[in-house]
Amino acid sequence: MLAMNYRGPKRVRIDHKPMPEILHPEDAIVRVTRSCICGSDLHLYNGNVPDTRVGTTFGHEFTGEVVEIGSEVTKVKVGDNVLVPFNIACGKCAFCRQELYGNCHESNSQATAVGAIFGYSHTAGGYDGGQAEYVRVPYANVGPTVIPEGMDLDDAVLLTDVVPTGYQAAEMAGIQPGDTVMVFGAGPVGIMAAKCAWLFGAGRVMIIDHIDYRLEFAKNYAQCEAYNFEEIGDLAVFAKKQTDSLGADVCIDAVGAEAAGNAMQTITGRKLLLQAGSATALHWAINCVKKGGIVSIVGVYGPTDNLVPIGNVLNKGLTIRANQASVKRLLPRLIEHVQNGILNPKELITHRIPLEEVAEGYRLFSAKLDNCIKPVLIPPSVKS
Amino acid sequence: MENTDFINKRGADYKHIKGWGIDADPKNDPTYPMKRRTNEEHKGYTWERPTQQAQTVEILHSIERPNLTAVFGTSVPPSGLSGMIRRMAFKKSENEYGHWLPLILADRVNVVEGVIDDFMHGTFPNIFVEKGYVAQWRHDKPGLFAKLAVVAAITAGAVFLMTRKNDDD
Ligand SMILES: NC(=O)c1ccc[n+]([C@@H]2O[C@H](COP(=O)([O-])OP(=O)(O)OC[C@H]3O[C@@H](n4cnc5c(N)ncnc54)[C@H](O)[C@@H]3O)[C@@H](O)[C@H]2O)c1
Ligand SMILES: [Zn+2]
Ligand SMILES: [Zn+2]
Repeated sequence: MLAMNYRGPKRVRIDHKPMPEILHPEDAIVRVTRSCICGSDLHLYNGNVPDTRVGTTFGHEFTGEVVEIGSEVTKVKVGDNVLVPFNIACGKCAFCRQELYGNCHESNSQATAVGAIFGYSHTAGGYDGGQAEYVRVPYANVGPTVIPEGMDLDDAVLLTDVVPTGYQAAEMAGIQPGDTVMVFGAGPVGIMAAKCAWLFGAGRVMIIDHIDYRLEFAKNYAQCEAYNFEEIGDLAVFAKKQTDSLGADVCIDAVGAEAAGNAMQTITGRKLLLQAGSATALHWAINCVKKGGIVSIVGVYGPTDNLVPIGNVLNKGLTIRANQASVKRLLPRLIEHVQNGILNPKELITHRIPLEEVAEGYRLFSAKLDNCIKPVLIPPSVKS
Repeated sequence: MENTDFINKRGADYKHIKGWGIDADPKNDPTYPMKRRTNEEHKGYTWERPTQQAQTVEILHSIERPNLTAVFGTSVPPSGLSGMIRRMAFKKSENEYGHWLPLILADRVNVVEGVIDDFMHGTFPNIFVEKGYVAQWRHDKPGLFAKLAVVAAITAGAVFLMTRKNDDD
């Protein structure tokens, strides 16, 4: 089968790989119908996630058709079209049973500090991902969800990560009616977070980035204010001026380790890897939020350390809430929102790229070329 | 758990301490609504585990846990020099630089191993294609030319320095 193959930092290609096999009675094999490239994949692509082995297939956002199931699989059957949450979760451990599906204790042997994620390095479990024609899906009784009748595959594939992550970013921010919300990052996740902030009753939503086409898109899609951090000057001063000197009620970091905007952070975090990515957006979030406010982090950082003003967290009495999105927990509500037209995720998809051109897809998304918001890879077996 | 290093010694009776628990407030839960708190963790690693996946390839596991997870990924088992470095790294916990820095080093060594592996299979990696420069060519020619110019300048500089050294001999 065809599968994306990681060869080293910023080098990926399409290759033939052996078909995945059932290795556990709860496994399913899924024929992929859609597979996205995500901002999270860029951390791998740039070589910033420890234990990213050459030969791995990435891809944690995918839909597909079940083509084979193990002996203990009862919740899906061959022929089902499913959307597959990016977290691999057992459903039985103490964490899964408390709906922390992003923090399962029975799916990632390599690390206790990260749950398991499809196609996301050995630090996240060593599973091959869905940027391929076929993929092994463990714990098929837990993750895969049959795509509701009539739902567009493009909507379904974004329900595997972008929508729940954006939604959880807003949820963790504890937004109260009337709150002023600052969202850092106008990628798919930040845009979705800004959109979802309204669902929790935000009174004002501002999104921050430095790529104008994305800000323009965010402004229209999420009906929010959009600001280019290269033009507005010092972010903390901007935030204080916008809030009568008090600070935003909540700040959301939807940028993570590839943040731009501060040379020292970029050099130490992205070039020299002296910290687990550049923490510029998180630094700004901490300094822009009000005293006693909440900072919600969904931007992903590596497993070592980052330079952030933790003293300000203390002195301002901030609450920090963060996690990998618990996709399964949120799916019922979010499927409803999509079906009722409250959220239109598929509008985020700007590029449909044949799986065979995966290397171009990565470059396009990583260098933010051709006004790309969200690219989706289409395997050759799928018509359109 | 057969591994006796991992014990569960929690939840002793502290009622003899005056005031113990009088202000406990289950609603004071910063994890809500992300978590349906049941405090199951207090019981330790005692849940009914999923069927154990058979181990068919080498899987490294964090020393912060007693066993392999019930299910695990089997892609790209450790091999070669990078594999040796990874095995060493897994002797240290996730709490140590001694774990993560060798893993990053192993990743870089692995890239070289990947190129050698390609050669052994008679292929020469097409770096231009792998780096996706086709997309850059299509959508950002100035950017691509700038990149190539930098590479050319660095190469020319290096050649210049090397030949100059030779002249000095
Ligand atoms: N927690 C989760 O479950 C989860 C799930 C998916 C993605 N993520 C993470 O969310 C982040 C965003 O993902 P994405 O797909 O939207 O990525 P993306 O790369 O498309 O978007 C990131 C955006 O941030 C902007 N940016 C860079 N520096 C900035 C700064 N200092 N301030 C404000 N904006 C800045 C970039 O220009 C870019 O538009 C990534 O870190 C990704 O790993 C987390
Ligand atoms: Zn993702
Ligand atoms: Zn679990």
